[in-house]
Amino acid sequence: MVCCGTASSRALSCFHPAALSETLGSCGTQSEQEEDDERRGLADIRNTVGNIPMEWYKDYPHIGYDLEGKKIFKPIRNKDELDEFLDKMENPDYWRTVQNKMTGEDIRLSDEQVDLPAIDFFSSEVMIHPVTNRPRDKRSFIPSLIEKEKARSPCSLPIFTVNHETVTASVSHHQVGKLVHAIKMGWIKPRRPKETTPQYYDLWAKEDPNSIVGRHSMHVPAPKMRLPGHEESYNPPPEYLLSEEERLAWAQQDPEDRKLSYLPQKFPYLRAVPAYSRFIHERFERCLDLYLCPRQRKMRVNVNPEDLIPKLPKPKDLQPFPTTQSLVYRGHSSLVRTISVSPSGQWLVSGSDDCTVRFWEVCTARCLKTVEVGGAVKCVAWNPNPSICLVAISYDDKVLLMNPSLGDRLISSATDQLISSYEEPEEEREQPVQWSVSEGEEHERGHRLVLNHPKVVKQVTWHGKGDYMACVMPDNSSTLQVLIHQVSKRRTQNPFRKSKGLVQCVSFHPVRPYFFVATQRYVRVYNLIKQELTKKLMANCKWISSMAVHPAGDNVICGSYDSRLAWFDLDLSTKPYKVLRHHKKALRSVAYHRHYPLFASGSDDGNVIVCHGMVYNDLLQNPLIVPVKVLKGHSITHDLGVLDVSFHPTQPWVFSSGADATVRLFT
Amino acid sequence: ESRRRLCILKGIYPHEPKHKKKVNKGSTAPRTFYLLKDIRFLLHEPIVSKFRDYKIFIRKLRKAYGKANWSGVERLKENKPSYKLDHIIKERYPSFIDALRDLDDALSMCFLFSTFARTGKCHVQTIQLCRRLSVEWMNYIISSRSLRKVFLSIKGIYYQAEVLGQTVTWITPYQFAHDHPTDVDYRVMATFTELYTTLLGFVNFRLYQTLNLVYPPKLDGQSEVGLKAEFEEDFALESESYTEKLSALSASLARVVAQVEEEEAELDQFPSEAGEQGNLEAREKVELEQSRQRTLFEGLKFFLNREVPRESLAFVIRSFGGQVSWDKSLCIGSTYEVTDETITHHIVDRPSVGTQYINRFYIQPQWVYDSINGKLLLPVEEYFLGVTLPPHLSPFVEESEGDYVPPEKVKLMALQRGEQPGQPLLQSPCECTRASFSQDIIFTENEEEDDEEEEEEEEEEVEDEPSDDEEEAEDEANLAEMEERRLKGKSLSVKVTPGKVKPENRARAAEEEKAEEKRLAIMMMKKKEKYLYDKIMFGKKRKVREANKLAAKRKAHDDASTTDKKKKKKRS
Repeated sequence: MVCCGTASSRALSCFHPAALSETLGSCGTQSEQEEDDERRGLADIRNTVGNIPMEWYKDYPHIGYDLEGKKIFKPIRNKDELDEFLDKMENPDYWRTVQNKMTGEDIRLSDEQVDLPAIDFFSSEVMIHPVTNRPRDKRSFIPSLIEKEKARSPCSLPIFTVNHETVTASVSHHQVGKLVHAIKMGWIKPRRPKETTPQYYDLWAKEDPNSIVGRHSMHVPAPKMRLPGHEESYNPPPEYLLSEEERLAWAQQDPEDRKLSYLPQKFPYLRAVPAYSRFIHERFERCLDLYLCPRQRKMRVNVNPEDLIPKLPKPKDLQPFPTTQSLVYRGHSSLVRTISVSPSGQWLVSGSDDCTVRFWEVCTARCLKTVEVGGAVKCVAWNPNPSICLVAISYDDKVLLMNPSLGDRLISSATDQLISSYEEPEEEREQPVQWSVSEGEEHERGHRLVLNHPKVVKQVTWHGKGDYMACVMPDNSSTLQVLIHQVSKRRTQNPFRKSKGLVQCVSFHPVRPYFFVATQRYVRVYNLIKQELTKKLMANCKWISSMAVHPAGDNVICGSYDSRLAWFDLDLSTKPYKVLRHHKKALRSVAYHRHYPLFASGSDDGNVIVCHGMVYNDLLQNPLIVPVKVLKGHSITHDLGVLDVSFHPTQPWVFSSGADATVRLFT
Repeated sequence: ESRRRLCILKGIYPHEPKHKKKVNKGSTAPRTFYLLKDIRFLLHEPIVSKFRDYKIFIRKLRKAYGKANWSGVERLKENKPSYKLDHIIKERYPSFIDALRDLDDALSMCFLFSTFARTGKCHVQTIQLCRRLSVEWMNYIISSRSLRKVFLSIKGIYYQAEVLGQTVTWITPYQFAHDHPTDVDYRVMATFTELYTTLLGFVNFRLYQTLNLVYPPKLDGQSEVGLKAEFEEDFALESESYTEKLSALSASLARVVAQVEEEEAELDQFPSEAGEQGNLEAREKVELEQSRQRTLFEGLKFFLNREVPRESLAFVIRSFGGQVSWDKSLCIGSTYEVTDETITHHIVDRPSVGTQYINRFYIQPQWVYDSINGKLLLPVEEYFLGVTLPPHLSPFVEESEGDYVPPEKVKLMALQRGEQPGQPLLQSPCECTRASFSQDIIFTENEEEDDEEEEEEEEEEVEDEPSDDEEEAEDEANLAEMEERRLKGKSLSVKVTPGKVKPENRARAAEEEKAEEKRLAIMMMKKKEKYLYDKIMFGKKRKVREANKLAAKRKAHDDASTTDKKKKKKRS
């Protein structure tokens, strides 16, 4: 009622049909309410609920309260849809029947009421208040771009893209006419259904091979999937099926480590084959590989392994060298630590842990002499001077000089004479070593001189001339590690004032007055005349075990406990010219041949490897080193194999002594 | 997300930098690296703006939904932005051959997607398109007769075809509903499929053009009429118009063969052209062999029972020139009935059939595949119903020197060479395989000897030592004898005992010498080369070991089976 009261005539630009019907409806209700008012004056059935939405009482049996506060009940109407419909069809007054919402009664409007003119609230009078107070939009003043476009060229109207509603809202009569014309003329066609299926054509019709440039030269095509092998068959040969253990191993493996990503299976017929559960997985993984895996061109080294093997002169062409084991010298009962060959090459002396020294005839393998000494023999060394028959034997802290009286009697007696011709010098000298002469029974046995050292002597070595002898007493803390004895004068001197580490072995230079001292990692070369260090060779190994000097004196080989053999060329550098890793285990000894270009190394793996090591007189040519023979024979006992190797002075033969208590001769 | 799509579509992949640490700013954490150039290249792609449009569209759509602006939703959906990948295909594959080379994954993916159920996992249109394209592809393969190898694996069926000189291999899953895994990102797969369908469409178009076939494929008049007559009543809707019928066919399973039927008539022209070209070339023999393979099933009439994989078999048989049909109720497109007297092979995959016709072979489907891989019609005896099938071998394995060759393969190769096993089939292959088998073992062992020097060394040692000892012992014995005689005091009877002549195996000695030379030379190898050499030798040894293992397994199996047989015989 309130809204109706304020309604007044406005100059509205157009009547919306819906709005019109609404106003008409509201007119109807208004007249009805007026009639109600009239009736209220007569019958005092008034609803006192006031102007509230009547649907609040929808769920109640009553519809309001009268003046006395009693409930006004809804009229009993059990009209359902069907009744409503029948009513609509049959009741001629249906159209003029309305329901009073306040009382719920049906009221038939009289002709008078029907004819009642609607109150023209859109009157010609201009009211001071507008219906709405909203200011007009800007767009109502300015024509839009689209409208402008439409006005200019109606045929190119992009009707399919335009918002339909705005078009209807803002198209003027003129434009509508234009559009109608355009449709008539066929300029505007109805919306075409969209193409959903892709169109294919000959994409490579104008294929120009020269236009392939740039990126494609760098492109790395994805590798194809690996083609399946027999094991992937649904009915593979029986050998491709996994056995029980293999299947277990497969199950325990990490899926990434598996060689096959599936278990080979055998089905008796095709219809038994099930779907592969990881099919989509595998396709997906392939997709991931395609776009996430870095691609890289890898040059596969396709080398014939035979080509990698260096071309060396054939061992046959490098003969002579020892090839077969020809003699075994048996007799020792414990490991034979050391051997030495007489300068004539006729006799061999060997020292063993069973506290004996045995003298052998080389050619017959007969033991000629057995000498018992007081301890395990560490080292034996035959005097290299052919005119002297003397052997130095070290055991415990003693070095025994012995005349085995083998071979030429003249030489042997000359040696005895040489030793006995010693005269005590006038002045007593302070010596680190006690020289004592053996007499009596010991003399009979061949003992000549005994040198009592302060410590255990590990190595004895002779100078080439046979007068000087060097002894090694390894001890890290002491300066007294190396002693040089002069036999003819029974003199001893300590050449070093300082300890440079644990001395492993020493050696005299065969021709020049040099002295080689091998400590754990270095080989130092001293000049004995100038009394200075001339060179320090770095062996590149952990622990040197043995050393040998080439008879020409310019090359040195070092064996080490980390199974390497280093060949030094003193003219080249202080680093090894070549490091040979031929042995599998620690090297125990190395030796050069005196005449032939041969050197040998004995190791804990029980092998003696003989190499051809040719040293040329030409300084520009480097030594040629070729392994020529692996000699086997010694059995390994207590993890020890070959303990000492030594060459025959004249023949290309090599002797080796081993932990199996034998000495073997290879020829 | 959109970068990933771009990378997939444009084929951009990461690179492994030369100096990983340098690029990664000192850290060694695993990261993927793209070339800057590649990423810049991606930015220039016009499709980027299309993606942007699409994103905006999605945003608008979401907004419209949120506001329940249904008319707006309608309107937006109508104007959904779309994009095409044609230019990307052209860019990635500048020549047609490039495209063919990269077709493996595309085909596998399309065949997989075409088997998806039309629910959820991806758009129905994609599935339909994939189906259509894969069917087109199969039709092409059939009409060009370019299928070469088929392999029934436990994963699916592998096909290999030779298309314009390129080998294309693809795998199709067995016809089962997929158990969709949850840890698979279907968006990635969908992006790939988008690319692959575009690629495959263009490739198909071009391929159809090369054979002068109509694209999109149409049935030729004759067979079409036949089909129409047969199926009009069943498929009333499909007879409305030609195109509709064709599209309806493509949606159903039968059309492969239906189309095939028609293309056969055209086929005669094309191979003849190819033949002319082949004559020009000098590779007549290969050509001949290929043509023989192409017409392997020419003149044979197959009938498929309903339990066999119909599509695969129909495809395969048609690709080699055979005629194929099936029960009318199984699928449309069947051309003749079971009762046809001219049927030569009836493919069955069950223990027995009810009514058997006399003039045809009842065989298991593996015969078809094995014959194709063997390039000849294999004897059917081993493939009869209820018979234990011979192993199905992979045709993709090319055995090189020293590899293990299964005895079945040896037998097959003998058959291919034209050697007919004289004895009854069941016995001769066994012998034949065993012979070859033992040879194989010997051969591999020899190799092993060559390779495994270390072991050999040890062996030698073992061999040598006792002989030495023996000699020594003998010598000592002789000496003792002599001494005894001496002790007896009589004049030394000088007696020349006849020496034993050592049998000297010169060849063996020479071999040994050579082996030793080699061993010594190996000792002198440089560290690096030694490493490489050791690696190569290790690989070789492993190969030999694996081959030996397989051979041993086979031998054990064969022995077990023969003893079983004997036992059975005894019992009976």
